[in-house]
Amino acid sequence: MRKMLTRRTLIATGALGAGSLLSGCDALSRSQTFQNILGSAEDANFLVQRALGDRMELASEYSINDLSPKFRANGTRDPGTPDYAASAAQGFADWQLRLTGLFKKPQIFSLAALLSMPQRTQITRHDCVEGWSAIGQWTGVPLKLLLDLAQLQDSAKFLVFHCADRLGGRPYYESIDLLDAFHPQTIMAHRLNGESVPIENGAPLRLRVERQLGYKHAKYVTGIEAVATLDNVGEGKGGYWEDVGNYEWYAGI
Amino acid sequence: MIKSQKNMTKRHKLTTRLWHWVNALCLLVLVMSGLTIFNAHPRLYWGEYGSSDDYAWAAVGSSQTLGYVRLGETKIETTGFIGNWRDSNGQIQKWAFPGWATIPSYYSLAEGRRWHFFFAWIFSVGLAFFMIRSMFNRHVQKDLHISRAEWRPSNILRDVENHLRLRFHETGSVNIYNILQKFSYVGVIFILLPLMIFTGLAMSPAMDANWPWLTDIFGGRQSARSIHFIGMSLLVLFFIVHMITLLLAGPFKQTWAMVTGGKREDSDHA
Repeated sequence: MRKMLTRRTLIATGALGAGSLLSGCDALSRSQTFQNILGSAEDANFLVQRALGDRMELASEYSINDLSPKFRANGTRDPGTPDYAASAAQGFADWQLRLTGLFKKPQIFSLAALLSMPQRTQITRHDCVEGWSAIGQWTGVPLKLLLDLAQLQDSAKFLVFHCADRLGGRPYYESIDLLDAFHPQTIMAHRLNGESVPIENGAPLRLRVERQLGYKHAKYVTGIEAVATLDNVGEGKGGYWEDVGNYEWYAGI
Repeated sequence: MIKSQKNMTKRHKLTTRLWHWVNALCLLVLVMSGLTIFNAHPRLYWGEYGSSDDYAWAAVGSSQTLGYVRLGETKIETTGFIGNWRDSNGQIQKWAFPGWATIPSYYSLAEGRRWHFFFAWIFSVGLAFFMIRSMFNRHVQKDLHISRAEWRPSNILRDVENHLRLRFHETGSVNIYNILQKFSYVGVIFILLPLMIFTGLAMSPAMDANWPWLTDIFGGRQSARSIHFIGMSLLVLFFIVHMITLLLAGPFKQTWAMVTGGKREDSDHA
């Protein structure tokens, strides 16, 4: 009998323990301090991943036989604004990409100007933070060529990508550091699988930053702003999902 | 000198005990936060790519009225547990794994990832430390090494028979672990746990650029994700068997031994 009681107490204690563990985890999860402690692991990921390899290592490229039958779209599937719809109706002939902020020679590129520049085509794997992957062939202008024309000022540390779409009323934006900006696979893509990028995948211009997760690959890009700090953009965390969903700014894992 | 002699009589070395409990906490958090991450896309594929339009070898399905798991072409109804369950407020939720099995208990991919990567670091560093230390303190050579005699089928069969009769210790044995224990401990520590780290890294796009061979070894990113999930399932299975043998071998004494070290000559074991 005594043993039964002990066992019963044990089970009850166990259940209670499990319950309080769970609610404890939730409380911790909601605490900003604890979030920051957990977030330190992400800093470690960033440092270690950048330390491995020669920092300009290429993401895997595939052959045409490896393409996903359908390249999934996620997030905004159509910005849906009158301006965007009007531009789409004329094949984005009036689309402009503005390079502003800490550049010595700020630039405005028309879509036609971008198409006339040297291009890079790459078949890469797009990894979503949710866990799925899709392989697609992207063609676009290496970002480096645009930066060489606009010439960064010495104080520039990040590039912010402004987009035509809004999610939940806020403009979508993303940012990368200069290491990724000058990476050979970082391109402003306008073709997917040999055709103009479909609207649901970010027409007419989408950033490809192949060593990071999908939410970094800003769609419907209208501007690239060179900044010294991310503090003054959006809520200061460097991107829409970083601000709204608490995702990490560095999305290498 | 006296101290080291004292240690020799302990059944579990200090390193083993420390690692055991740190590891237990890490695995608990890693499994539960991993299930949160899985809930973001509860489908598993083979190969490099895989998304909603591609064939998933395993998937969780849910509707207003039922939840199910599909494995290949077989559908298993899991209403109330997976795919369709009630939260603590009695509301029906359609996430794959239920709140009591995830960290946090509500759905937040960003928070789940933070928990997962933080504890993944502690787990990985702890495992590396334990492996190296266990070589130097001869835990591996003395307790986990499987001798030629132990590999004999007759020995393995006898141990299976002993386990079926719920006899976990052969009197007079010099080993602190029997052969089935050695198989499972060696399998978990030297194969399964490292496999979890490497399949985890193989899913990282930055690691794929740094070490493309790692993703290739597993047959692609989505295969690595599937193997990561299967490995987690095997770890949960190990945990269940570990708990059953613990209960049968004497839970209080065994657990206390894993805290204080226990005595070596007293060799009941879990």
